[in-house]
Amino acid sequence: MPGAVSRRAVETPLRRIAGDFASDAIAMAGLALLCAIIAAALLAPFISPQNPYDLSQLDVMEGRLPPGSPAPHGVYWLGTDDQGRDMLSAILYGLRISLGVGVVATGFALVIGLVMGLTAASMGGRMEALIMRVVDIQLSFPAILIALILLAVLGQGTGKIVLALVTVQWAYYARTVRSAALVEQRKEYMEAARGLGLRPARIVFRHLLPNCLPPMIVVATVQVASAIALEATLSFLGLGLPITEPSLGLLIANGYQYLLSGKYWISFFPGIALVCTILSINLVADQLRDVLNPRLQR
Amino acid sequence: MLAFIIRRSLQSVAVLVAMSLLVFVGVYAVGNPIDILINPQADQIEREHAIAALGLDRSLPEQYLSFVTGAAHGDLGRSFVHSTPALSLILERMPATMELALAAMVIAIVLGIPLGLWAGLKPRSIAGRAIMAGSILGFSLPTFWVGLMLIMVFSVMLGWLPSSGRGPTVDLFGVIPVSFLSLEGWRHLALPAINLALFKLALLIRLTRAGAREALLQDYVKFARAKGLTNARIIGVHVLRNILIPIVTVIGLELGSVIAFAIVTESVFAWPGMGKLLIDSIGLLDRPVIVAYLLIIVTLFIIINLVVDILYSALDPRVRVTESKG
Repeated sequence: MPGAVSRRAVETPLRRIAGDFASDAIAMAGLALLCAIIAAALLAPFISPQNPYDLSQLDVMEGRLPPGSPAPHGVYWLGTDDQGRDMLSAILYGLRISLGVGVVATGFALVIGLVMGLTAASMGGRMEALIMRVVDIQLSFPAILIALILLAVLGQGTGKIVLALVTVQWAYYARTVRSAALVEQRKEYMEAARGLGLRPARIVFRHLLPNCLPPMIVVATVQVASAIALEATLSFLGLGLPITEPSLGLLIANGYQYLLSGKYWISFFPGIALVCTILSINLVADQLRDVLNPRLQR
Repeated sequence: MLAFIIRRSLQSVAVLVAMSLLVFVGVYAVGNPIDILINPQADQIEREHAIAALGLDRSLPEQYLSFVTGAAHGDLGRSFVHSTPALSLILERMPATMELALAAMVIAIVLGIPLGLWAGLKPRSIAGRAIMAGSILGFSLPTFWVGLMLIMVFSVMLGWLPSSGRGPTVDLFGVIPVSFLSLEGWRHLALPAINLALFKLALLIRLTRAGAREALLQDYVKFARAKGLTNARIIGVHVLRNILIPIVTVIGLELGSVIAFAIVTESVFAWPGMGKLLIDSIGLLDRPVIVAYLLIIVTLFIIINLVVDILYSALDPRVRVTESKG
């Protein structure tokens, strides 16, 4: 098919990926939802009816009101929690914290994993054996167990939960980047780069790293979602973020005791926000995986 | 093969020793249990007596040494809170966790493999797409929140099933208390087991689907088609057999992860298992119980991984060869 080849030749990779990505309506819906959630989180101080951290704005007499109750500022669309906090505002601010913790932790883990994986792949020998053995052992335990051990040891706090998430996640990136780098290193362009006598640092950062990125993007997207879910779970168990800055997980935990008496909204709505966030990220990641996977292209 | 097993076992022992040291040092650096466990109104003599009784006055290496010697004799220390041996406290709770984990695993396998196969064979069909959408949902729904929603719908709104606890148990073989032998037990087991199964169900669906999709593109399937074999035979024998190796491996490995994730489900449903004990113990800084739990679960994991590795290398000789080369 010579026609297909020449058409492909004028397409840039980015365009092709964007085009393939847009071909699935569900993935595009996921992307739109994700953009809306990120915008809501970033704009929380401007769009939320109340500052949920400002105790002077809260009135315990307004506690546990069902959704749609009249409020001083209008209507409590999603009800209030036991402190009289507007649930809508609390969710918007909680979204900020959940997303922030997830993204920051993923960023650190990505950098550490990249460095470790590239070191293992390009140095080989004992260094590689050591790094990969640690990765293997760590990945043989579930993330939640490692995070629980760390938090049982370290105690609570935003910094500590980020540390726990980074510790849990770096191994995934190290393994992914190493296997991608091993494949790339055998290709001709790498041989050409070495043959040209380029400095090793230049070869790694300008030639090897960019070509290892596609699988890393997929893993990173999935990991942001699982970091957010893990943080929420740990906060729910009372081992995560401090109560002063409630993330979505903590908001859900707050409503747990009122659930049995039928006051569902304190747990229900933060959970919906959490599910929408994780679901939209997973939808995007799923489509990215199909688009970036050469094995599924025929 | 024997060399592989021996090398792999030695490695497991090394990991176990390293983990025990890590867990012990880590956990024994948390807070100050003296402040929590001893009555603040106690006078100096009472305090010192209690500290000596709990062994908290000795140095960290000494405490670790006595801990290891004890552990070798099956003594993992006494719970600060319950004043009973930590090991028996955990072993008491173990059947509840195991029953929950196995029930969840069975649900995931019985539903996951057929659904995944269907989605893999007919990826463009409505059913195939619906199954995949469901599995993405299963991945995205946080376990603890689904648990709350199950309680909300089936316990609070409909009133069909109990929201917490294990209900009355019947002794299996006269020793192991289980729920699944009585109707009331089933009613208590249903919600937690479904809750714990959802994530693994989604995983198995995706794994089976991916395996089936890749297998269908292979030459041996084309060859089998060319030979004129029936579709049922191609799928039932050729495809299924080839995708079962990774699936069996993952099922083995996931058994450990289900036991770990039971921590969350047990906390939501107040299921009296090891996981709930761990969370309660962390809250109370009951260190011997935390250490004992972590050691038991780490040991369990190492054994599961070892068995899966050996089985896998028995099933697939290529693994053994690369292992001995590497």
